[in-house]
This record gives sequence, C-alpha cells and structure tokens, in this order.
Amino acid sequence: MADFDAIVVGGGLVGTAVAYGLARRGRKAVVLDEGDIAHRASRGNFGLVWVQSKGFGVPEYQRWTRRSSEDWGAFSAQLQKETGIASGHERPGGVTLCLTEEELDKRRRMMAQLHLEAGETNFEYEILDHAQTKKLIPAIGPQVVGASYTRYDGAANPLYTLRALHAALLQHGGRYVPNARVEHINAAPNQFSITINGTTYAAPRLVLGAGLGNKALGEKVGLNVPVRPVRGQIIVTERVAPVLPMPTLMIRQTVEGTIMIGESREDAGWIDTTTPEIVHTLAERAVKTFPFLRDVRIVRTWAALRVMAPDGLPIYEQSRDFPGAFVCTCHSGVTLAAAHALHYAQYVIDGALPPELARFSTRRFDVQAAA
Amino acid sequence: MNQACDLAIIGAGPAGMAAALTAANRGVNVVVLDEQPEPGGQIYRGIERVERTRARHLEWLGPDYAAGANFVRAFRNAKIEYLDGAQVWQIEAPANDASPGRLFYKRNGAVGQLSPRRVLIATGAMERPMPIPGWTLPGVLTCGAGQTVFKANGLAPQGRFVLAGCGPLLLLYAAQLVRAGVKPAAILETTFNHGAALPHAWKFFTTPEYWRKGLALLRELKAAGVPLRKNVTQLVLHGDARVREIEYQCGGKTTREPVDQVFLHQGVVPNGNLAWSMNLAHAWDDAQRSFRPRLDEWGRSSTPGIFVAGDAGGIVGAKGAHATGRLAALAIAADLGKITIEGRDQQARTPRAELAKHQAARPFLDALYRPAPHWLAPQEADTMVCRCEEIRAGEIRRLVTEQLCPGPNQMKSFARCGMGPCQGRLCGLTVVELIAQCRGVPVPEVGYYRIRPPVKPVTMGDLATLDVPVRPDAVGL
Amino acid sequence: MFKLLPDTPSERVTVLVDDVTVQVPPGYTAAAAMLMNTDEATRTTATSNQPRAPYCMMGVCFECLMEINGVPNQQGCLVIVSEGMRINRQQGKREINV
Repeated sequence: MADFDAIVVGGGLVGTAVAYGLARRGRKAVVLDEGDIAHRASRGNFGLVWVQSKGFGVPEYQRWTRRSSEDWGAFSAQLQKETGIASGHERPGGVTLCLTEEELDKRRRMMAQLHLEAGETNFEYEILDHAQTKKLIPAIGPQVVGASYTRYDGAANPLYTLRALHAALLQHGGRYVPNARVEHINAAPNQFSITINGTTYAAPRLVLGAGLGNKALGEKVGLNVPVRPVRGQIIVTERVAPVLPMPTLMIRQTVEGTIMIGESREDAGWIDTTTPEIVHTLAERAVKTFPFLRDVRIVRTWAALRVMAPDGLPIYEQSRDFPGAFVCTCHSGVTLAAAHALHYAQYVIDGALPPELARFSTRRFDVQAAA
Repeated sequence: MNQACDLAIIGAGPAGMAAALTAANRGVNVVVLDEQPEPGGQIYRGIERVERTRARHLEWLGPDYAAGANFVRAFRNAKIEYLDGAQVWQIEAPANDASPGRLFYKRNGAVGQLSPRRVLIATGAMERPMPIPGWTLPGVLTCGAGQTVFKANGLAPQGRFVLAGCGPLLLLYAAQLVRAGVKPAAILETTFNHGAALPHAWKFFTTPEYWRKGLALLRELKAAGVPLRKNVTQLVLHGDARVREIEYQCGGKTTREPVDQVFLHQGVVPNGNLAWSMNLAHAWDDAQRSFRPRLDEWGRSSTPGIFVAGDAGGIVGAKGAHATGRLAALAIAADLGKITIEGRDQQARTPRAELAKHQAARPFLDALYRPAPHWLAPQEADTMVCRCEEIRAGEIRRLVTEQLCPGPNQMKSFARCGMGPCQGRLCGLTVVELIAQCRGVPVPEVGYYRIRPPVKPVTMGDLATLDVPVRPDAVGL
Repeated sequence: MFKLLPDTPSERVTVLVDDVTVQVPPGYTAAAAMLMNTDEATRTTATSNQPRAPYCMMGVCFECLMEINGVPNQQGCLVIVSEGMRINRQQGKREINV
C-alpha cells in the first residue's frame, strides 16, 4: 500500500502538468501511465500556444486560453530553472494565413466576433493584406491573400515540455509509474485506490488526465466524459536555417529548424496511421503558402488522436458521486499546460472548481442530452 | 498514374531477383523496384560493370561475387519490369484482393504509384550499428561500405587502415583487398564467445561450403602477413576533423596507434524500416539479436498479401535469400492462380532443401559472431548512439533510470533520438538494447520505434503532386 | 581517403568537387567521387556542425548528405555523377533563399 495526496491517471501533458502543480505545492502525487505504445496526443502535438480562434462563441474559453498563454512564459521559465530543460516556448505573435478572399473574410468576421466577446479581457488583433503579411513573414508565396495576427500567439516544443514536466514532477518528490494501465478504480468519497502490478496506490484525490481513456475511467467514478478521437496528421521536414520568424496556424518552424505542417482533422475512429490523401492535401496547402517548401525534404509524418468533446471545449469537473475525483481533459494540452499546472492543480487541492470553469462542467452534456 | 500489376518486389538483390525470375516464369506480371542504379543488391553491387570492364577486380572479389553475373543477366533477360533508381517510400496494406493497397515511389525526380495485388519486401540487410567512441569521425566507415566502393567503384583505402569488429565480412573484405595488393595494418577481432558457438559446431561442419571458405580466408590473410588480433576490447577512435588514432586492448595490453581509416563491422541485421512502416508483426530473434518480421514458411507476413524474403525477414545469407525468394514467389504464383497448390508444393522442394542447408550453418555463425554486449549497449556515457540528432548513451541511460522512460517511442519524444534523417535506422537497435539493459527486462518487452511513411526522403513538392484525391474537408481553415 | 585500384578502365567523367575540377570513372556516385578526392568531412551536421563523412554507402545512414547541382541534402551515395556535376559539402542546416 502506498499512500499519496493525489493519484493522477495519465502521464501526458495534461496529467503530468496537474501532477507537477500538485507536487510543487508540496502534495504527494503519483502518476500512473501506460507504456511505450499508447495513444498519446502529447507526442503527436503540433505545439502551438495559441489564442486566436480559440473560444469562438464561448468567452469563458477565450479567457481561460488567454490566461494560460499569459502564464506560459513564467511557467516555462520555472520549468527551465528547475530542470535545465528549455521548453522552446516563444511568443512572437502568430498569424493565420489565408489563401483565398473567402478564407480571409471568414477570418475577419471571426476575429471581430472574438474581439466582441472578449469584453474586458480585451482582444487586440490585426487583419493583414498580402504586403503586410509579407513584411512579417517574407517567405510567403503570392497565393497568400492575407492573414489575421495577434500578439498573444506562440509555440513551444511539446516534447521538451513533457520531458521537463516529468523531470520537474520527480524533483518535487512526485512518483511516476509507467506500464501501469488503469482498468479498475476503488472509489469512495475522497478515498480512492488503484492496484497495479501488485501495488495499491491510495489517495483522497483522483485526477483523470488520461485523454481518450477518461471516457471509460470517468464512468467508474460517476463522471460523464464523452470524448472521442479526432485524428490529426502532421508532416515534419529536415532542419533548415531559420526562415519563419513566427508560427502560423498550420505551419511553424521549431527551434531545431524543422518545419511542421499540420494539422488535419477527421473522424477515423481509433486508427492512428497517416493517409496519402491527407498528407497530400497538407503538402499542397504548404507549398501554396510557402513555395520554398517544395524542395525541402520530409523526415517524418505522423498521426495522433485528439481528445475531443462534442463541443470541442475542455472538460473540467469534480464528481458529485465521488467528491475528490476530478477530470481534466482537452485537445489543447500545450496551450493549457500552464493553466493546468499553475491553477487546476490548486483547484484539486481546494477540492472545488471555481465559477469561471463552470462552463466546462459535464453538466453541459446533460443539457444537450435533455435537448 | 496508378499502374496495376500482379506483384511488386522491393529490392533487386538475391531474394528479389530470385523471386522475380520464379514468378515471371510462371506468368506473374512482376515489377521490381530498387534504389540502386543496377540490379544485384549489396552482395553483387556493380557486378555488370565489373564483369564488363574490370576483369582482374572480378578475380580479386572472388567466385561468390562473380557468380552474381549470370544471375543478374538472367534477371535482365527475363520478362520483368525493372525500375532502377526507384525509392519506395510507402506501401499501403491491401484492403482485399479486389482493391490492392497503393505503392508510392520516387524515380528520376518524379513520384510514381503502383497497385500491386501482392507485395514482396526484399530490402535485404544492413550492417548492425557499432557504437564505439569516435565512430562518427570522418574516415570511419562500415566494412560493407569499404567493400561497396571496391565493387562499385574500384576504390581501396589509402594509407594506414584497420578493420575492426566481428563477422565473416571482416575477413572477406580484408582478403579481397590483399588480393588487390592493399594490405590492412591489422584486423582487430572482437569475437568473444567461442564457447557459445561450440554446441552448434557439429551442424556447422555439415556445411563444408561455409567452414572451408572461412579457413581459406584465414590462411590467405596469414600468408599475406596481415596481423590478426583476437579478443580485442575497449575500442576507441580518436580524431578531430577526421580519425587519427585507434586505441584498443588485446591480451591485457593497451595499444594506441595512428590510423587513416577504420572499417567497423559487427554483423548484419534486417534492413527493416519499410516492413516496420507497414506495421507488420515482428518477433525478436535472440540468436541474431534483432527483430524480424513474423513470417510463415512461404514468407507471408501478418498482413495479407504482403510477403518478405531474404535477409529482410531475418538473416539467411545470399544463398538462403535466393531460396526464400523462390519460395515466396511460388506461394504468390499459387495465390494468383498461376500454379496449383500441388504444383507449388512440388516445386518448393528444391528451394526448401537449399534453405535448410544454409540454415544449418546459421546457429554456429550467429553464436560465434554475436556482438559483444558492450557494443550492443555502449557503456561510455559519451558514445554517440543517435548519429543524426547527436544523442549519447549517457543521456539515454539517464532518461531510463532517472525518468523511468519505458521504451523507444517515449525516448524519441524525450530526447529526439531516432528523429533525424536516417529515421532511426542507425540507432534503433542500440536504443532498445540500452533501455532493456537499464530496465532489466528482455528487449522484446521494450519494443521498437514506430516507423511511419515516408521511409525514403521525398520532398514536400513530391507529396504536393501526388496523384490522390484531396481532402479539403479535413485540412484548411 | 580512397584510391583507385589498378586495372580500372580509363574513361572519365569531369565533375566539380567543392569547385575543384576532378575526374572520376563513369558510374560513380557523388559520394564515391568525394571519397576519392578528400580526406576530411564531406558535411557538417545540421545539429551542431560536427564533421561527418560517408559511412554506409548503401543509403541507410544519411551521413553522405551533400549539395548536388545546387540542391542541398542529397544522399550522395545514391546519385550517379554526370558530366559537369557540381558536388559540394553540405555545411550545417540547409539555407533557404526566399
């Protein structure tokens, strides 16, 4: 029997961020993770820390995202100080590049709406024409008609972030248990235990940060977590000298020099392989956007499964049947990593989620079901 | 353009050529794709030009190599569509007989597509990585690379050079050079477990073809006065912009001497990225210390319609590869209704007997030339493991022992190892050996990298010009 | 690093290795042409500018990346020389000219 303050199920960006936040606050946290082969959205992530286009029609989401993006700098610095691992976080602003007037119009309307919904948070943005966009990113091709820009956007290396979170968790006395796929949970209010490979882990708090696994795990503690996989495919190139000064929604250059092209979205069930059609469509758009990419060599393509709620929003909830059991799930594990580590962990300790997260409660699914 | 065919064979080495000939002779419509400019695979590299223009080189390279000339001629003359210089970068599994998977390749700067009803992977072997300190220095090549430039280009090392490691290729390459009047400064043999090979010796001696050749090579090298140092350990290469010195221990004595080139070798393993990229089921072969695709007695993989033959399916040697290629082709011909099941079984007798003969020699060779544990999983923290991303053994060990990294895919995420241009080919086995050792579990429990297409370097422009439907519904704003 | 063995046909193709005119037998790969004409690194890595040179000569190691006829990061061991071919060392990451 091993006693902890909290058991976190899932060792990806979401679970580890919360566990790290707990450990940093002096709580004894254990992360139970699957093995080397698991559906890991964290490993397939595009790596944007992205604000524009998040929370259209849901101001609460816009605010939560903005908060995390504002926190990211400090969060990254703290991780680097503690572990020596740089997350590669940068916040040079970002653009969404449009290839047709229709796309740009749509973008313009969306940004205006976001601005409107931002209220006192304020949401500054610019719509750029081709020449203005070219000034920001000289490498764009003639087919780029314009872009939307905000200064809030940025990117990080999701893999280094995950590695740093793991290292920092351990430094703060947290435990990490790999090859520990959770099938059963013994649950009572504020009393949870999980037995894996002969060891029982017990704690008054349970955090489900297991991505797509949260659906089945949630049922065991009275949480309705209707997430489904949405496949995303990504292409990455060889390292090239710096050419993209800021991230764009679908194309960004990493600190190593590789250029990532992504991401598609499609329902493909649990199949996480790439397909020639999607890779072709991504590449076609990429060379239209940046003609120099035509000759750049591909090193890898991959697919990963996003963790998607029916309305695309995160799900944050504490179980009513089993207080002490929380779920934390979203498809923006990088963008929201700072919020999860710095804030969500505190809510778990407090044993209550604040009103500003009410919009992300599972109650919204009850309403949907009733309607 | 999407050309239909009965059978696509990837690789024009012994397995691929034998399969192509066998299948074509039975009325199967065959396309062979190979990335080299000429057929023959690594074993018969450049054989056509050597035979035509370098008669003395043919003699130096020896009768086993020369035997490839007739083989390649037969291949050239058969009714086979042969695509030279073609890099196959993705093969889809066939959905069913009516809708085969697509095969994508690049040739002469353009992308091409096939829809083969059956696929035979005959991508051969590659040399097992030999991660020792300094192995990334210019002037350090694999033994196979040295032999390749001899065969293909008539080139020999210049200055003072050493061959180091274990396996038959070491002696063969040294002897070929000696015949050409180029003498290695030394052969440093790292073979260490003669005892382990003993139980298999009896069976080995039933294959005189193998042991007689081995003894002849040793005699030849001795007569030429090539120093052969045995039980060599602690190999270290020193240099700056290139290799300058080699250091090693032998008989309790440490030697450090100048060197201009070093040729490393510790056996061969399946050249497996294409098979891995298709998610074929693999098994760990402990005797050969490598993974190989799970195959039935005809070379059928776990995916219907996809076959593997030759060293790509587990090391069998050139002649064994020839036999497995024929067996796979017979099964494919029967699958496609070109021969009967009875005909297949009857015609399989000869290649099956051939294969059994060559397999009889394997256990002894595998045991004798098993690489030393410290070069399967390097001990020195500074030794480079992932040459592309420059990840060293110490970092990999630390991530396992301190951060409990469970396997190669998490390692890839944490350290970027295996993420460079070679796509893990030169570090995969070392990484899994290191993780297994640090975790104290067998290698198969650790697994292998997940390899994804494209397994050959295509450009963004290639992908953008693919002849497949676009999916604007899934990509865009 | 390598020398031509005797009894090799005398036919030659002229190529430029790092802007120096050299003659190599026809059918050579760009990597073989380099090995015949230099003792040192044929590229520096994109990761940390380490010196490297051809290692496997069979297309698996990607150590022989070079700039061929102006196109960077080509696998030199898979490209056959042609008259007038320009073969240059690959220096670090490829540059993008926008």
